[in-house]
Amino acid sequence: MVPETMARDPDGGQRMMSLAIRCSDLRKTYPGKPPVEAVRGIDLAIEEGECFAVLGPNGAGKTTTIEILEGLLEPTSGDVEVLGMRWRHSAAAIRERIGISLQETRFSDKLTVREILTLFRSFYRSGLAPEEVIARVSLEDRADTWVKNLSGGQKQRLAVATALVGDPVLMFLDEPTTGLDPHSRRQLAQIILDCRRHGRTTLLTTHYMEEAERLCDRVAIVDHGRIIALGSPRELIARLGGDHVVEFSVQSPEAVQLPAEWWSGLPAVTGCRYEDGLVHLSVTEPHVVLPALLEWLAARQWHLASLTIRQASLDDVFISLTGRPFEPREAESR
Amino acid sequence: MNDPADKPARRYHPLLNLTLARVREFLREPEAVFWGYVFPLFLVVALGVAFRNRPVSSFRIAVEDGDQAESVAAALHRDPRFRAMVCDAQEGRLRLRTGRADAIIAVSGKSPTRYEYYFDPTRTESVLARNAADDFLQRAAGRRDPVEVRDQEVNEPGGRYIDFLVPGLIGMGLMGGGLWGVGFAVVEMRIRKLLKRYVATPMKRSHFLAALVVSRLLFTVTEVLLLLVFARVIFGVASQGSYLAIGLLILLGSLGFSGIGLLLASRARTIEAISGLINAAMLPMWIGSGIFFSTERFPEAVQPALMLLPLTPLIHAVRSTMLEGASLLSLGTDVAIVVAWGCLSFVLALRRFRWN
Repeated sequence: MVPETMARDPDGGQRMMSLAIRCSDLRKTYPGKPPVEAVRGIDLAIEEGECFAVLGPNGAGKTTTIEILEGLLEPTSGDVEVLGMRWRHSAAAIRERIGISLQETRFSDKLTVREILTLFRSFYRSGLAPEEVIARVSLEDRADTWVKNLSGGQKQRLAVATALVGDPVLMFLDEPTTGLDPHSRRQLAQIILDCRRHGRTTLLTTHYMEEAERLCDRVAIVDHGRIIALGSPRELIARLGGDHVVEFSVQSPEAVQLPAEWWSGLPAVTGCRYEDGLVHLSVTEPHVVLPALLEWLAARQWHLASLTIRQASLDDVFISLTGRPFEPREAESR
Repeated sequence: MNDPADKPARRYHPLLNLTLARVREFLREPEAVFWGYVFPLFLVVALGVAFRNRPVSSFRIAVEDGDQAESVAAALHRDPRFRAMVCDAQEGRLRLRTGRADAIIAVSGKSPTRYEYYFDPTRTESVLARNAADDFLQRAAGRRDPVEVRDQEVNEPGGRYIDFLVPGLIGMGLMGGGLWGVGFAVVEMRIRKLLKRYVATPMKRSHFLAALVVSRLLFTVTEVLLLLVFARVIFGVASQGSYLAIGLLILLGSLGFSGIGLLLASRARTIEAISGLINAAMLPMWIGSGIFFSTERFPEAVQPALMLLPLTPLIHAVRSTMLEGASLLSLGTDVAIVVAWGCLSFVLALRRFRWN
């Protein structure tokens, strides 16, 4: 990770303070009966070179937010600055320096990857050669394939390639991995990490928590049009009070009747709740809590039906903040 | 990060690339090529053959059953123009009504013999059949014409239906190409969110629109050229006027209808919406702009309204040039109307256009 940081900041820290994106009290209300308040006051300050994720369930206002920042949508109110410029006055200059991948673009079915990238390259005054971008997204062997013959993951990589071809300093990727299989998601993650290494500022939206954790310097968790948590994944997880989670279930009718708080009597436990018939404990030191837990169970002759210990994730952050699970898992494999 | 070997100038001209993309998409779509290029040729052949100017030769005459029916029928048979059949009165009426006979002759009396004709005065061939049969039978009965008559048959290219039809089909092609080619393409790109993706780049919107129009022009010019060459080779259709003038009219027509296509597509968000709009826009012109038959068939009162449709003056101008050798200068009004439609729709389209 060290060389990355160096590459990201070649001027020795001077650029650290300049912001790639700044917005304050961003609001967007869609007219209707009743009107839909998609975004209700979002403030963001994204630094140059940062990889930043806007995380949230479907309908949280992620896409509306990113499209306002991209200059594709007029906010109802609020102030936006991109690369120190404003859309109203410097749209053309901003467009030259940013790259965008929309949530859903269906490129012309009967054009090849190379043709589409050459076309998009032609829109920019300067940029990367289509061949180079094709290599960056590992589509060399599909360069002369029609879009309609690409797989979902390849199409998505093409979409990211169209964002890259103008050699942007700032990239917007709206749900680049949604609906893709794990292999394709890994490939896209590699591309995003590569952008980070090249010092491009990246703003992405996703509803995969673990992806944001792995790829991003900072995340903003958005729910109902507001930011409910902002910070590095590590910070947010640390705010839970414990960075491990112990999940278990007990084969005993009495145990199930107990309130969740009952378990907080165990040592090293900072939080507890029920979910799907499991007891979830947020824990600072698993090696302290485990012997104690086993002792408690043995004393009451309750049998452990399952037990898992894992690192706390942004999912846990979301649940602790909103009291509800982040996303039904089925929704991911559309 | 720029690759110095990556020479941008030609390879990356946006207008060229956008146009190329349209051309490639078109050529890679077999259906588009068929409906754009092959179908109009079928239409020329089919209509050219169906409405070929054959001499009005065979009149089908029903002779009502009676004493002298057979002899009248036999007499008519001597002239190759007539196909006579003997049948009873009821059968004869049925044939006349259903178009299987052009006229009926009922023969009655004997010296003097009386012919009674039944015919449909609204059907040209029925009137002709009645007159021709009467003429023939009168002469056969010994009538002498007081004035000598000599017939000269004239059938020169320029006066046939196919000559009339080709300018109409050119106009139809320009209309369909502009409305469907531009209108449909734009809405499809809007649905695919491709328009939105394009405006998210520094692409100049004028380049995008120009590429649409230029690519449409390329397709249309090819289509019309094919049609003209084909009609010339197969049917000997030639223009009396300058081909340069025709070319100019085609250019204006293509631009004009591209503008209208763009206007129709400026806000439509679904395929259904744009299809409905295009069909609604085309219908009056299909009927009233003189593609297949002369607009003069419509009452005098609606003529000015028909001339205000963009297709009517366009076809009129192309037809006048091809059939009468009219000069462009004499077609000023036609040209002005087409240009006005083009300019107006472009301006309106740009104002209303929904990119997102």
